Amino acid sequence: MKEISLHILDLAQNSIRAGAGNVLIRIEEDSAADTFSVSLTDDGCGMGAEMAKSVQNPFVTTRTTRKVGLGIPLFKAGCENCAGTFTLESELGRGTRIAGTYQRSHIDRPPLGNIADTIAMLIAANPKLHLRYEHKLNGEEYALDTAEIQEILGEVPLDTPEVTAFIAEFIHSNESELESTEVQKS
Amino acid sequence: MKTLKELEAIRQKTLNELNLRKNREDGIRVVVGLATCGIAAGARPVMAAFVDEVNKRQLTNVTVSQTGCIGLCRLEPIVEVYLPGQEKVTYCKVTPDQVGRIVSEHIVNGNPVMEYTIGNFE
Ligand SMILES: Nc1ncnc2c1ncn2[C@@H]1O[C@H](COP(=O)(O)OP(=O)(O)OP(=O)(O)O)[C@@H](O)[C@H]1O
Ligand code: FES
Ligand SMILES: [Mg+2]
Repeated sequence: MKEISLHILDLAQNSIRAGAGNVLIRIEEDSAADTFSVSLTDDGCGMGAEMAKSVQNPFVTTRTTRKVGLGIPLFKAGCENCAGTFTLESELGRGTRIAGTYQRSHIDRPPLGNIADTIAMLIAANPKLHLRYEHKLNGEEYALDTAEIQEILGEVPLDTPEVTAFIAEFIHSNESELESTEVQKS
Repeated sequence: MKTLKELEAIRQKTLNELNLRKNREDGIRVVVGLATCGIAAGARPVMAAFVDEVNKRQLTNVTVSQTGCIGLCRLEPIVEVYLPGQEKVTYCKVTPDQVGRIVSEHIVNGNPVMEYTIGNFE
């Protein structure tokens, strides 16, 4: 994957397929510690210990259309190739938390990429899902929460095209703002 | 910077149109395959292009949603279009610049763009 935001879109598909009602996506960047961390937490069906271990290599899937699952191994390899780490915690019936860290300055670390489209498409295609996205960069942080948005929208659904466009722009502008805080300080 | 305040205006505007959207249930569906291979092949910008085009043209009877694996990795990104009362049409190796034609010719005028459909790839 060319962008970390594409891994995020892909891993979120697993959560949706696992029947999650709530998904939390969090990015945490720390320039002093030189880390770029991504985590996805869901309350989907979860996996047993055996399964949680085996999905980390590219031969395990519960899908029927292809024999190997690729999403998790690709993400894991990406992190580990950038002097990072990967963890997967899961409990049957409770949910799953997947976390990966990259060395932020690593030459092979993919850019975050178009996270605005990732989040906007996830919400547009899954309007019933409660999704929260958080991005922290050093001391600054912002979040987008579909529960908050839905409260303002009332009976207007989250997959209304104008709302999707708003969400993409909202994230776009907040990401630029966040980035600029780092430039100012350096 | 953008704030959530703008949503209030969107709500007001959309509420007036909401009755129009009531017929979405029997409207047109665009479904984009978002499995790992689809995403790697470029499904996200394709989906964004559909959402954008539908929004620009104010097509209130069209929903854009996603599915997982369609089972045809080498033909990703794959998009299925469902028109009420018609058989689904499957588009393969879709790129964002093809989306305008699919929307205007197929979704608006009812004529599938045959050269982008699966029949042309098999
Ligand atoms: N969040 C999750 N909750 C429950 N099960 C999960 C979750 N994530 C992954 N799994 C299980 O792990 C398997 C492997 O996931 P992985 O993303 O690597 O491949 P896949 O989703 O099967 O296929 P793809 O290559 O399209 O991603 C899945 O088929 C699913 O059974
Ligand atoms: S795994 Fe490629 S189309 Fe489903
Ligand atoms: Mg997957």
